[in-house]
Amino acid sequence: MTPSKTDSSVDGSVAIEAINITKIFGSGADEVRALDDVSVTIRENEFFTLLGPSGCGKTTLLRLIAGFEHPTAGQILLSGSAIGHLPPFQRPVNTVFQNYALFPHMTVAQNIAFGLEMQGKPRAEIDDTVKQMLLLVRMQALAERQTSQLSGGQQQRVALARALAPRPNVLLLDEPLSALDLKLRKEMQIELKRLQHETGITFIFVTHDQEEALTMSDRVAVMNEGKIRQIGTPREIYDHPGERFVAHFIGETNFVEGELISANGSTGQVRLTSGAEVPASLPAERVAPGRVSLVIRPEHAELTENPDAGVFQGQIDNVVYFGTDTHYYLHLDDGTPFMVRLQNQRDEVSTFARGSRAGVTVKGNAAQVLLD
Amino acid sequence: MAVFSIVLLYGPLIVMAFFSFNESRSVTLFTGFSWTWYQQAAGNERVQEAALLSLQIALVATIVATTVATMAGLATTRTKSFKALPVVYAIINQPLMVPEIVTAVGTLVFFGIIKQVTGVYGLGYLMLAHIVFCIPFAYMPIRARLEDMDLTYEHAAADLYATPWLAFKRVTFPLMLPGILAGAMLSFVISLDDVIISLLVAGPGETTLPIWMIGQLRRGLTPEVNAISTVLLGVTVLVVSLVFLLTIRKR
Repeated sequence: MTPSKTDSSVDGSVAIEAINITKIFGSGADEVRALDDVSVTIRENEFFTLLGPSGCGKTTLLRLIAGFEHPTAGQILLSGSAIGHLPPFQRPVNTVFQNYALFPHMTVAQNIAFGLEMQGKPRAEIDDTVKQMLLLVRMQALAERQTSQLSGGQQQRVALARALAPRPNVLLLDEPLSALDLKLRKEMQIELKRLQHETGITFIFVTHDQEEALTMSDRVAVMNEGKIRQIGTPREIYDHPGERFVAHFIGETNFVEGELISANGSTGQVRLTSGAEVPASLPAERVAPGRVSLVIRPEHAELTENPDAGVFQGQIDNVVYFGTDTHYYLHLDDGTPFMVRLQNQRDEVSTFARGSRAGVTVKGNAAQVLLD
Repeated sequence: MAVFSIVLLYGPLIVMAFFSFNESRSVTLFTGFSWTWYQQAAGNERVQEAALLSLQIALVATIVATTVATMAGLATTRTKSFKALPVVYAIINQPLMVPEIVTAVGTLVFFGIIKQVTGVYGLGYLMLAHIVFCIPFAYMPIRARLEDMDLTYEHAAADLYATPWLAFKRVTFPLMLPGILAGAMLSFVISLDDVIISLLVAGPGETTLPIWMIGQLRRGLTPEVNAISTVLLGVTVLVVSLVFLLTIRKR
């Protein structure tokens, strides 16, 4: 349960291994370092997500694995053997493109059959696989349709079927849900999870949507400015962000300052500016005692009726009702903004009004010490 | 203003087509409807020969120019962009910029030298000249089509195990075909009604249809020329309409 930046403890067989990958576009003054010494190991059968803002290098990493780009330095191993020198059509890796890239001059069935035909599979086997794939993505009825007659969600399914049909070792998905509306996106999230489970193929999923990453992934790599900032399960990433960027990018977060007064393995004791002491989780890399930044998730804090109780005291600036929960925006006595999210109970009337003072308590060791 | 322009553009064509159906020789007084001039034109051996020659040249020029333009289109849109690319575009499109009469004179002089040095004569020179000025017309719609086509289709093909040749055969070529057909038809029309270059480059006896018509006009206007012009107009309108249908974007 400790956040880690490197990725040494990988069990199970390895699907893809990227070793010290650097990718530089352009040269001289126009040089862009899209990836900067990135290493990551992706297990077989894993739903692995590359998460980050646009321009963080996640799509570049995907394109390097697919073979559309070649690394400036470093190696990519597929099931243990180097594939960096192979052109895309020789890699047992398929891609679901952001805009789907369905061939407009072919029917749904012809699109799905394309990869199998290129592999030189016998006709009977192709027809068989196409049928299975249509069944898998629930598109049997539309096999003979032109792709231009399909809705966004249907095109998405065909793109998935086409990429899965040749049974690749790894399926690459480049923000495949970004063109869909919210309701369809939720449906496809569940659908993707099901497909991954049923086919047993390793999925590498690229997204800038943190919610998508958290709900679907077995593990997530958070990227920024060409580097992987943290790799872990959604829980690890959310509950134990190692850096300010990760904490900020995923979910809503409070940042507070404090002083680490003692450390014992993965936990420590932090004295807050209010003078109160709280237990806190520590990052994997050693943090020296002294001034540190902490992350406290809004749902891991509570308000106390007694304005002098709790670890922080502050004034409530705003109260926003969200149905399932209510968000309280405070400013603490040292000026730090702080948000508390409380679950709403039926018929309960909140006593925490705008303008009133309140104390804040933090659950367990929900406070996480950051590296930066 | 718009009405004036349209009248000026299409008025002459309508009048020309109208009088091609005139019964009498007059091109100013309509006396009655008849197919006489069409029959006479079709029966005229000179017209037959000239039309056949024009078609031959147009066909060869279309095939060669379209092939060259297709390769040029692929080379200028499907390879890594390089600094000299605008220069390449300019070179390919040069015949569109330089006044045709200049190209014609240049070609005449150039071919004259070659003929003198090699002693080789024949229809090949005229065909070559047609091929060259048809290339930019074939290139324009092909390049437009290729630039319109998302590169991810070709990436998707490569991703799905298609070798570069198979990706071209199964994906790139079928998708760019409308552009190629449009380019071919434009070339055909441009070659068919070229006058200036043909007039200067054509050797003795190499009388294309437009050259024959100009010769006829020197001897006075006859409805026979009207009839041939109307047929040419019909072919052009048909081809241009097809080009338009092929190049409109299906979205």
